[in-house]
Amino acid sequence: MQDAILAMLAKEPAHGYDLGVRLRRALGPLGESMNAGQVYVTLGRLEKAGLVVHHRADGQPARPDRKVYELTEAGQRRVAAWLSELKLPKPDLVEFHLKVATASAGRLADPTELVAAQRHALRQRLHEVQRAVLGEPEGSTTGLLLEGIALRLQADLRWLDACDSVWANFENKSEEE
Amino acid sequence: MSEFNAVLRVRGLSKEHGSGESLVRAVDGVDLEVPTGQTLAVMGPSGCGKSTLLHLLGGLERPTRGETWLAGHRTDTAGERALARLRSRSVGFVFQAFHLIEELTAAENVELPALLAGRSARAARRRARLLLEQVGLADRSRHLPCELSGGQRQRVAMARALANEPLVLLADEPTGNLDTAATLDVLRLFQDLRGAGQTLVIVTHDERVAASADRLITMRDGRFVDDTQLAGSVGGLGGLAGWED
Repeated sequence: MQDAILAMLAKEPAHGYDLGVRLRRALGPLGESMNAGQVYVTLGRLEKAGLVVHHRADGQPARPDRKVYELTEAGQRRVAAWLSELKLPKPDLVEFHLKVATASAGRLADPTELVAAQRHALRQRLHEVQRAVLGEPEGSTTGLLLEGIALRLQADLRWLDACDSVWANFENKSEEE
Repeated sequence: MSEFNAVLRVRGLSKEHGSGESLVRAVDGVDLEVPTGQTLAVMGPSGCGKSTLLHLLGGLERPTRGETWLAGHRTDTAGERALARLRSRSVGFVFQAFHLIEELTAAENVELPALLAGRSARAARRRARLLLEQVGLADRSRHLPCELSGGQRQRVAMARALANEPLVLLADEPTGNLDTAATLDVLRLFQDLRGAGQTLVIVTHDERVAASADRLITMRDGRFVDDTQLAGSVGGLGGLAGWED
């Protein structure tokens, strides 16, 4: 969230409240669980790091949401660095792969049952995301975020099909020995 | 769930092809109830019997064993003519390859089932206009199928399937020939129908199509190996944003 908040301040100074509203709007259904406090906590950290400063809006009572934040020079450099930075997504498959491999090797659990349980969980999540995709109007940018998440879940489910067939055969072989 | 609020109900349903050594049990003793308004997805590897199941549910094929009911009417013992009448009035079919009549316009394709069910030409025309509007193709009503994209053809096929206000819509790989954008269009239509209380059974190999349903059955070797109500995961969508900062 830190980088996104800095980037939002790059154009012009803003209240913490406005930043929260803009973040939630960009995230769509994914932003619903975000509480206002998270934005203020993040702004506090950014201020400590010397990336933003605040001043109080003139003639306003001293309430936290009357603070106007703006980028420092260091903050501006950080935004430029973030925009040019390339970050490859983490596939997040290692832990599950190791769980199945160790469970199989130590005969702790049936690998195909672990795969089946994982598939159930992924399908419930995909159901939720897919319904949200269908609930977004065509061409919506938050729909695009949901679409990306749905495509990844679909890829994970395909991977589980591959896991299923390999682990099922693997078991059969070790039983024959 | 009593048989009265289940649109579709089958008991001990089996369908065998061939005999002796070459006997294939396409569907092997399944029980199923589909309540009114449910969207059911059926998945499974090719040859698992999911299309055969759909044909049995819709009365396109006769079971080898078992009982089938459609809206409280026994269909496995019904005569040919009674079954055909029930099928044309109560079941809508959507197929992977659209199966539109190439010589007829979109509107004429959609009018046809109503005409065959004995409705007046005017009523059929009015209904077709309404349905083509619903699927977003009002401006394509005079086009021939060959002048339409795959996604548009499937939407015409869906409008046709709805012509007689069927109790249940059965779809066999409805998005199998469509790209991502056209698939989303078809899924949005299914979602609208679901919102209007339409009962749907969708056979698919696409996880995202299946994920749009209320319930997901997985088939293997003619049997149900999994039957899951889809209700979303604990924590909801918010957890996906992943705030670590």
